[in-house]
Amino acid sequence: MKTYDLVIVGGGPAGLAAAVSARENGISNILMIERDKELGGILNQCIHNGFGLHTFKEELTGPEYAERYVDMIRELKIEFLLNTMVLDISEEKVITLVGKESGLLRICAKSIILAMGCRERPRGALNIPGFRPAGIFSAGTAQRLVNMEGYMPGREVVILGSGDIGLIMARRMTLEGAKVKVVAELMPYSGGLKRNIVQCLDDFSIPLKLNHTVIDIEGKERLEGVTLAKVGEDGRPIKGTEEYISCDTLLLSVGLIPENELSQEMGVEINTVTGGPLVNESLETNIKGVFACGNVLHVHDLVDFVSQEAAAAGKSAARYLKDDTEQSDKAGAIRMIPGSGVRYTVPNVIYPKNMEEKLTVRFRVDNIYKGCYVSVYANGEKISRRKRAIMLPGEMEEIILKREDIQSLTVPLELVIKVEEG
Amino acid sequence: MYDVTIIGAGVVGSAVARELSRYQLNLCVLEKDEDVCSGTSKANSGIVHSGVDAKPGTLKAALNLSGSRMMEALALELDIPYRKNGSLIVCTNKEALPQLEALLERGRNNGVEGLKIISREEVISMEPNIADGVVAAIFAPTGGIICPFELTLGLAENAAINGAEFEFNSRVTNIQKENDYFIITTDKGAIKSRMVVNAAGVYADEVHNMVSHEKVKLQARRGNYFLLDKSAGSHTNKTIFQLPDKMGKGVLVTPTVHGNLMIGPTAVDIDDKEGTNTSREELDYIVGRSTLGIKDIPLRQVITSFAGLRAHEAGDDFIIQEAKDVKGLIDTIGIDSPGLTAAPAIGVMVTKMICDVLKPAEKTDFIPGRKGITRLFELSFEKRKELIDNDATYGNIICRCETVSEGEIREAIHRPLGAKSLDGIKRRTRAGMGRCQSGFCAPRVMEILKRELGMSMLDITKCGGDSKLVFNYNKDNL
Repeated sequence: MKTYDLVIVGGGPAGLAAAVSARENGISNILMIERDKELGGILNQCIHNGFGLHTFKEELTGPEYAERYVDMIRELKIEFLLNTMVLDISEEKVITLVGKESGLLRICAKSIILAMGCRERPRGALNIPGFRPAGIFSAGTAQRLVNMEGYMPGREVVILGSGDIGLIMARRMTLEGAKVKVVAELMPYSGGLKRNIVQCLDDFSIPLKLNHTVIDIEGKERLEGVTLAKVGEDGRPIKGTEEYISCDTLLLSVGLIPENELSQEMGVEINTVTGGPLVNESLETNIKGVFACGNVLHVHDLVDFVSQEAAAAGKSAARYLKDDTEQSDKAGAIRMIPGSGVRYTVPNVIYPKNMEEKLTVRFRVDNIYKGCYVSVYANGEKISRRKRAIMLPGEMEEIILKREDIQSLTVPLELVIKVEEG
Repeated sequence: MYDVTIIGAGVVGSAVARELSRYQLNLCVLEKDEDVCSGTSKANSGIVHSGVDAKPGTLKAALNLSGSRMMEALALELDIPYRKNGSLIVCTNKEALPQLEALLERGRNNGVEGLKIISREEVISMEPNIADGVVAAIFAPTGGIICPFELTLGLAENAAINGAEFEFNSRVTNIQKENDYFIITTDKGAIKSRMVVNAAGVYADEVHNMVSHEKVKLQARRGNYFLLDKSAGSHTNKTIFQLPDKMGKGVLVTPTVHGNLMIGPTAVDIDDKEGTNTSREELDYIVGRSTLGIKDIPLRQVITSFAGLRAHEAGDDFIIQEAKDVKGLIDTIGIDSPGLTAAPAIGVMVTKMICDVLKPAEKTDFIPGRKGITRLFELSFEKRKELIDNDATYGNIICRCETVSEGEIREAIHRPLGAKSLDGIKRRTRAGMGRCQSGFCAPRVMEILKRELGMSMLDITKCGGDSKLVFNYNKDNL
């Protein structure tokens, strides 16, 4: 069985940046495994611009952003497999994979970076009653059909959910000549980025109906229409607010689910809030030498932050391979606790000895907060407080913890991050 | 001139066709949809009922029992996934224990083997997630689960291999009786046949009434279901029924033969015979009722909900007979539950009725077996490797949730009565049946259909008819 120092599962933005970083940190024997026919993952169907403002200080399209990294992979001569799917990873890091060219084989890894990304929540997960005709697509499936295959899946469109892919597709379908009648969002706020609301809906006069959902689907063969209704604070439809909208296409942008079936089967512990692995400051899971980054860890809004996080995971894996005694020093663990207003944090635990000089803690808030503070408490004592003009559930937040601050604390056991009124 | 024309390629029509194909007969199967298993047969509980609760003396009781006894050998012969997982009928109320006793007695009178009443403690040892209110249960070891798609496909494919002709997209619009034959008109033209088998599911009344003066009426009864992810598939091991009470029949909770968990159905009478929509009320009802039998059902793991219609007849028994005023028309009317279980036995019964009239000779070259589509990931590592080394398309995974390869999809397209649509592929291979519900694989499966069948992408459908998936090429609307 062939052995690699590092195997990266997934060749999307997370896998690419992790591979580059691991190589730059001195790891030579790397294999990246990608199930699609090219590297780049979901970026390849994201032909709109707006990628790379943080990483490359310029605005790129998705395929261009991917290309920058693919070029680095080629320059650094990092080995990768395409059209190859990982079927199973054992706790001993034996990986079973299958591909048209590679056949069915097993390889062995000294360390692994999980970078499988996420998938879209389907209609079934929402339990929308009604018929099950053709014409109901997740927004990403429609995006693939339009942008990569060159087909239009509909003419008159309703979009349920205001996640970023749904917003992007509202504009994309409009530009291809379809009529996007409305975007309905169950929550009182959008799940997508503010800039996407402006550039994809407002600029095209597409109405966004907050506190609305689809309660019925008509059409036996192809979709004929949907019934929208306003929902109350309990999320249930309000009688008398029903509105029938004829359409031939319903796109769903109702959430993304980290793809952790492989991780769970190998015994990785999962955070029930994010659907991603529980990780420490090195983005290492509960299994030694197995790291996670990107959307498989928690769903991101911006690819730039995926790349940053993945680079950190690549660096951690390199450090683990060079000296795993350091990693096993689990003394003085600090638990990260999401306090009021905070849904989750990544990481979930910090081992101060393994911290880099600065550690980025990423989190999401559970509502819209204006003029509030993000405070950090160590064992009940406030150690920092930062003002934020506005925080939105659809936009990931971060704070930076400094190693010197953390290491100087006297045996702190808990760090709580919470949102506080001004 | 056909000897026998079977109207309907659901599980009953397919079972009849398969049994008749043992004989030297010219057989035709007419199906209004684009594929076999497109009506009641595709949306039901997938249960092989033990036969406990059928009313003694009815056709339902007799055919349930013989169907259930045939199923294991048939599944082996036709390479269909089947599991005799046993079933429990749980009683949630001490005062209802006499009803449980009475049901046991009925089951024994029906001839069901191995029945016994077990205590709450014994139930818990079998099913740790049993609801707190369960006081006792009937254990029926002969209850089982089967894939209704593959049962229907297996029967139909085997009939086709043995010479039965299948005509799809052929809705029967009229039947005319001449002296000793029928003229059957479909939207594709007319055919002649000496005998006719009416296996038209919820439309069996309409088909019967086309040619008979003794009118019958069927009631479409809708059932909603939830299907849960495979991660929830071991929440129960056996099929859990509830003892019917004054609140209704209750809903069942069962693992499926592919490892999902399924709960349902409801029973709502509707007028629309194509009304396979789910409704908020019915879905809520299932959630409320299912917890009486099984606790902590992980409803967050629901991957889809669906509805099926069953053909209910007021007499609440199967009507399987030659129409009284139409010689040569064999009806199978009112085949609701336990129709899936009974189907193989209905096939035998109808075949006997036909053989008594036509007296055909048995074929000497009848092929009893059928090889199912390769299920790559049920094979050993070595077998899989060998297969992929011989044909690389088996290494190209198209549906990642269910791990279905391009090779399996190609098999589904090119085998007898091959798939022509996304749903056809789904029912044969499970591609698109998993947790992402075809979000990832749909464009890829469309591409394979296009290539293998030489179709335009614009003509590829979800399930035939007008269920087209894409309308035009980019820029066409500009």
